[in-house]
Amino acid sequence: MIELWVRAPHVARHARAGQFLIVRTDENGERIPLTISAVKGDLVRVVFMTVGKTTYQLAAMPAGSSVRDVAGPLGKPSEVAKYGNCVVVGGGAGIACCPIIARELREAGNHVIGIIGARNKDFLILADEMKDSCDELGIATDDGSFGHHGFAADLLKQEIANRKIDAVWIIGPAIMMKVTSQVTRPLGIRTFVSLNPIMVDGTGMCGSCRVTVRGEVKFACVDGPEFDAHQVDFDGLMQRQRAYLDEEKEALAGYQAHVCKCGGDHHA
Amino acid sequence: MYANAEGTTMRDRPAEIRIHDFQEVDTGLSTEAAIREAERCIQCKKPLCVNGCPVCIDIPAFIREVAAGNFRESARILKAQNMLPAICGRVCPQETQCEGQCILGKKETPVKIGALERFVADWEREHGFELPETKPYRGMTVAVVGAGPAGLTAAAELARLGHRVTMYESLHEAGGVLMYGIPAFRLPKEIVRAEIEQVLALGVELKLNHLVGRSVPVDELLKFDAVFIGTGAGLPYFMGIPGEQLPGVYSANEFLTRVNLMHADKFPAFDTPVKRGSRIVVAGGGNVAMDAARIARRLGGKVTLVYRRREEDLPARAAEIEHAKEEGIEFVMCANPVKILGDQCVTGVECVEMEMCKLDASGRPEPKPTEGSTFTIDADIFIQAIGQGPNPLLLNLLPQLEKSRRGNLVVDENGRTKVPHVFAAGDVATGAATVILAMGTAKTAAQAIDRMLRER
Repeated sequence: MIELWVRAPHVARHARAGQFLIVRTDENGERIPLTISAVKGDLVRVVFMTVGKTTYQLAAMPAGSSVRDVAGPLGKPSEVAKYGNCVVVGGGAGIACCPIIARELREAGNHVIGIIGARNKDFLILADEMKDSCDELGIATDDGSFGHHGFAADLLKQEIANRKIDAVWIIGPAIMMKVTSQVTRPLGIRTFVSLNPIMVDGTGMCGSCRVTVRGEVKFACVDGPEFDAHQVDFDGLMQRQRAYLDEEKEALAGYQAHVCKCGGDHHA
Repeated sequence: MYANAEGTTMRDRPAEIRIHDFQEVDTGLSTEAAIREAERCIQCKKPLCVNGCPVCIDIPAFIREVAAGNFRESARILKAQNMLPAICGRVCPQETQCEGQCILGKKETPVKIGALERFVADWEREHGFELPETKPYRGMTVAVVGAGPAGLTAAAELARLGHRVTMYESLHEAGGVLMYGIPAFRLPKEIVRAEIEQVLALGVELKLNHLVGRSVPVDELLKFDAVFIGTGAGLPYFMGIPGEQLPGVYSANEFLTRVNLMHADKFPAFDTPVKRGSRIVVAGGGNVAMDAARIARRLGGKVTLVYRRREEDLPARAAEIEHAKEEGIEFVMCANPVKILGDQCVTGVECVEMEMCKLDASGRPEPKPTEGSTFTIDADIFIQAIGQGPNPLLLNLLPQLEKSRRGNLVVDENGRTKVPHVFAAGDVATGAATVILAMGTAKTAAQAIDRMLRER
């Protein structure tokens, strides 16, 4: 899991919870979307897992390096309003996007309950920051190495059983959002998920990030990235996320072979 | 390209060679050929060709200088009206504009005005650009939203008239459709970059990676003394048929952007991938459909273009259709895709035959599906090139502007919107049209902005 602060005044100036930016590392680079996790002055934070060439490349950059392009903020901000009791659920790298939403919700006068979940305690990130941003915090790990032994969805179920919950945010891998949002469906609790399909331009121009929401085609980059969880076709989303698995593997293998041979990273 | 009634010209590289690369199809005129062609111009007293030019180039004058071998002077005349001549010389539909009006066309072939424009622009680029004069700074600021053909034209015009221009572009490179849409084999990207450099050299400030409405909020935008909106028609339409979510289904915009802007044809040397199919189906009949089909052909594989009307109704330029055919693209006319087949990826496109019925509002026969006529084309890639609309992002944030039913901005003949200091031109106002029409309307709007600012 990599935490990266980028100096990008034009992005930082107006960035809000729920929005993302697009990074292109170098002249030959692809444009990858990363959700904005925090803003401090001219700096914007993004947190990501190393999964493909670009994320490995970013991870290998020493502090003080530059990336070729940063565009943003993109997408609609989270629908922050006064709801009452809100739960913000983060899974894996998705936890990184939760504190900023929790803080904005709290500033809007909500009581905010945070729930974060990860495979094991080594994958739990930003727990302290979440604690500071929420009124209450629950923690779950799949293997029980920290907090509740089980899933974030279990803790969400408990919260819903205990008190009236007015709005829920669920941010994490697509499968986690699909499963966890089932918890709030029977009660019709307003639930938002932040979708992360493959994008190219991120400005509404190509339709690569299209998802079906309430039976309609929506572009995650401009109509989202947050949508009503109970209306999203998650299976379609996941199918499209897998579209370039072979190419992603090929690009990563090529990059790693190059780094090994040269003993370092050349984009730094 | 300046195809005439006979189709493509001798200057085209042979199809069997060009389908293996992205180099320009048309090799252009030699100096001798250009002078010879220029000498054909009879220098009409009342030139009709100029009426056909949306940016009002003094066509007889620039051709006269070519004939005399004064290429520098010829370039000056061109650039007095048009800062992007190497682009226009390549992508304008001259056959319906200047060349369509040329008096010689009545008896023989019209003067190849587009080829001559391209020749002069290329000559200047190779021999060193000369910057046109700009008026002194008048103390006014103008925001130009979008760095495509409309934005570049407005920015150049306003800078020359003495205004301080800030041009915003959401992508990492300026040019709009010239960069992401039109393939390099029709319009080499180094030529686009060189002409954009000329616009910037006039003093235009370019801010890349700025999405207006997000990076620049609307209230900040409206603080400029004038605002020019040239955000184009970048929103792809989808057909809305089953199977559209399958990997392997592309909007033409995505397919073109991946290759033209992100260089996916050179993957993995460039990081952005694109699916390479063995059987590619393209739906649509416009220039964008031809571009997508011809790119797909260059990536390898058999390409079939499906269009719902007859061949004579194809809206693409004749030269593009000709080039596509030469390159081995199969045309299936009077057919419409109704379903994309496949489970995990595309395996085929189910189409229905179309019957031509009575004429519709566009004067073309209205296509109606023939019952029980479905047939399947095997495919692993399906590209939809059925048109684009205006990107609604900024327009939705400006509810005070009037929009048409199709979402375009409503403007008067000078590009003026409902908000006094906000102007718009190009595809966002006219609906998806040509590069040159965007430039023509942008120039008119820029001049109206200048008049407004001078009255202040």
